[in-house]
Amino acid sequence: MIQFILNGQEVSSTAKANVRLLDVLRQEFALTGVKCGCREGECGACSVILDGRLVNSCMVALGHVAGSTVMTIEGYRATARFAALDKAYAAVSAVQCGFCIPGMLLASECILARNPRPAEAEIRAGIAGNLCRCTGYHAIVEAIGIAAREGKGLW
Amino acid sequence: MEKISESTRKKDHAAKISGRALYVDDHVPDGMLCGKLLHSTRAKARIAAVRLPSLPAGYLVVDRNDVPGINRVHIVQDDTPVFAEATVEYAGEPILMVVGPVGTEVERILRAIVVVYEEQEPVLDMRQADEVFFNYNYAQGDIDKALAEADLVLTETFQTGYQEQAYLETQGIIADPRDGRMTVRGSMQCPYYVHGAVAKALGCGAQAVRVVQDVTGGGFGGKEAFPSILACQVAVAARKANKPVKVIYGRREDMAFTSKRHPSLCTYKVAIKHGEITGMDIEVLYNSGAYTTLSPVVLQRGLICASGVYRIDNLRVAGRAVRTNTVPAGAYRGFGAPQTFFAAEMMMAHVARELGVDSLALKEKYMVRQGDATSTGGRYHFPVPLPAMIARLDELTGYRAKHRRYQAQTGRCRKGIGLSLFFHGCGFTGSGERDYIKAVVQLRKNTDDTVEVLASNTDIGQGLKTTFCKIVADTLGIGFDRVYIDNPDTDRVPDSGPTVASRSLMIVGGLLQRAAGKLKAGWRAGEEQVIEEHYVQPDFVIPFDLEKFTGDAYPTYSWSVNVIELEVDRLTGTHKIIGAWGIYDVGVPIDLNILHGQMQGGLLQGMGYASMEQMEYNAKGLIRNNSYSDYIVPTAMDVPPLVTEFINNPYPYGPYGAKGAGELPVVGVAPAYIAALENALGVKINKIPFTPEDTMRVLQEVEHNDSIHS
Repeated sequence: MIQFILNGQEVSSTAKANVRLLDVLRQEFALTGVKCGCREGECGACSVILDGRLVNSCMVALGHVAGSTVMTIEGYRATARFAALDKAYAAVSAVQCGFCIPGMLLASECILARNPRPAEAEIRAGIAGNLCRCTGYHAIVEAIGIAAREGKGLW
Repeated sequence: MEKISESTRKKDHAAKISGRALYVDDHVPDGMLCGKLLHSTRAKARIAAVRLPSLPAGYLVVDRNDVPGINRVHIVQDDTPVFAEATVEYAGEPILMVVGPVGTEVERILRAIVVVYEEQEPVLDMRQADEVFFNYNYAQGDIDKALAEADLVLTETFQTGYQEQAYLETQGIIADPRDGRMTVRGSMQCPYYVHGAVAKALGCGAQAVRVVQDVTGGGFGGKEAFPSILACQVAVAARKANKPVKVIYGRREDMAFTSKRHPSLCTYKVAIKHGEITGMDIEVLYNSGAYTTLSPVVLQRGLICASGVYRIDNLRVAGRAVRTNTVPAGAYRGFGAPQTFFAAEMMMAHVARELGVDSLALKEKYMVRQGDATSTGGRYHFPVPLPAMIARLDELTGYRAKHRRYQAQTGRCRKGIGLSLFFHGCGFTGSGERDYIKAVVQLRKNTDDTVEVLASNTDIGQGLKTTFCKIVADTLGIGFDRVYIDNPDTDRVPDSGPTVASRSLMIVGGLLQRAAGKLKAGWRAGEEQVIEEHYVQPDFVIPFDLEKFTGDAYPTYSWSVNVIELEVDRLTGTHKIIGAWGIYDVGVPIDLNILHGQMQGGLLQGMGYASMEQMEYNAKGLIRNNSYSDYIVPTAMDVPPLVTEFINNPYPYGPYGAKGAGELPVVGVAPAYIAALENALGVKINKIPFTPEDTMRVLQEVEHNDSIHS
């Protein structure tokens, strides 16, 4: 039995400790906002925030999260910070196919949590682990910049 | 700016950003089984035997003997088997599927299966192919005379590689046999293609099949034909199991075994007399892979673009798509055009170099104008805004001055700037819209006076839900929130054709505008009304004759000019992109944000195609760069801000003046990129992708030559 905090709730899983966190989140907890794009830590579609850090949940064994705090888009979307990013992404229509977007949102959060006024280079570095094949990244980078400016005090 | 161009909040924004949007793998029907395919490990072989382990209860194996209808997938020519028969023709060909309740157990069974192959010699190199799938030729003027009378004939061959669509969501399909019908859902561009293919494989009437598109995580052409293949396999499995079956491809499986852009070899022979280009003799060769899939149309489009945006009076174009024992190639954004535009643009640059003139000046001299004949004897009926676009990009980038200045550089890091001119035909190739697709749309007005758009075109990220609803709402003069559209379900929507060929907005959007106009004229508040519209070819179009390869290949064209500026480090061979600019004529933009997103995404895909997206098969014919770890697509750190602009050039027959847009941005990026590299390195380059490794090779050759001569 592995216990951890998932989107603010104490949960436990009976899955084996070597199972991927990605599979546990999707199959056991039905958190389908966590997307599977490659299962080898390259695309970032399955990004979650683990104890404040952005990780690819396909590369994290369940055993590793015992006692930790995990946040997925399902938990994040209830926050004011999400609302600010949501508005900014909408303003520039940064969402296309949407498959990378839950992971991209959590990456955006981690960038702004580290530095509320990031330079463009910091934004680009912060989403470099999250592939997007639709947008050319331009609109996403812009959206994070807008959220930083307009979400004053949130981060 | 037109009012329709003002950006709005996208219809699917909220569902996608919140993680609530459901993609195919997010659905788990009751009693669902998991399926996985056994792929051939040989490029060409006879299957002597398949030895199965004993199967636990609830697990089954599905193969060609289980196909109740025809064991061929309906695409264009129906030659792709649903499951392999006596032979396999490429490494990866699906032989059978194992189906059962637990995925890991399905995988264990797959590993325990032994296939006994009698290997045969595969044909891997397209130059060695002895079977020509498709062969089209056309000519104008007298090229033999031009070649004979030329005082200079320049001949060069250009090579382009595979490009993998690399959509973030891999291929996936669920088939559900319950309620006496086969319901197929999944990630796809063309629900009616899937519908037709599944009915044929199951050998049942059209009524017995229903296809629903799930939210789709990107396509770029990769989900045009391939989902038909997978859907046939999964539907056959679901029928045998009599339970829902889901198959989701893994990333490596997806990259190795699904269709990608055709590799090409194009040979250009250019006749020059008194410093004038008097003719071009062009041979185009595409590697189709083991089956025909979409190759005839990809080749046609490639050939139509073979002479670029230039007026070449004596022209001969010969094209072949050949069979090899490699993975079948298929649709990819640009659909045959990026290959020949790369060759045409580089050839013009190399001719200029040979003649000692500026490449842009040479291109400007031969650029087509409104009223000129197209390469196939059609007509450029509408304004060609290339001169204004060149002027604007020069203003933005300083192209002309920099291109000259960068020719005389010294030092470790050297800059280069390159420019390309290109078009993309709008709508289906040739007479496709009129003779084959015959699009139909409907608008349903409900009793609460909301309006539903009924069309089979899919939103795969390009914003179609939003742009369709904008057109209808604006034409009706009602709020955007009063018009809605669901993902297509073949039980509910008429066949408005596939989501391909830069046709959805111009053709189907145009039909919706007309339907909305009719509905407005006969609007009866509080009543249910259904309006239907059918495609009619505009009168001005010169009918296309595929046999003779003459006529208007498209009613109109979208135009673009790209500039790329970069810096090459001569010590490491790496390229740093300094700037990328694109100016586009897509008629009137229906939502500027969406259009910028399309253009920026395409620009980046094109930059990847030119520089880093290298994919090869190994000596066994198996794709070896089959993961994001070794097939590298650009990240946010690989590029500077992308600058995209639009030029006003309304198309009178498109909705609000709009033309095709989605494919255009990827068509001409590679030649701009490679021209920039040539500018920095001072050498001629004839292939893409041109990687840092290629750059090192060139630099070492240059240095080697320097040392010999010094």
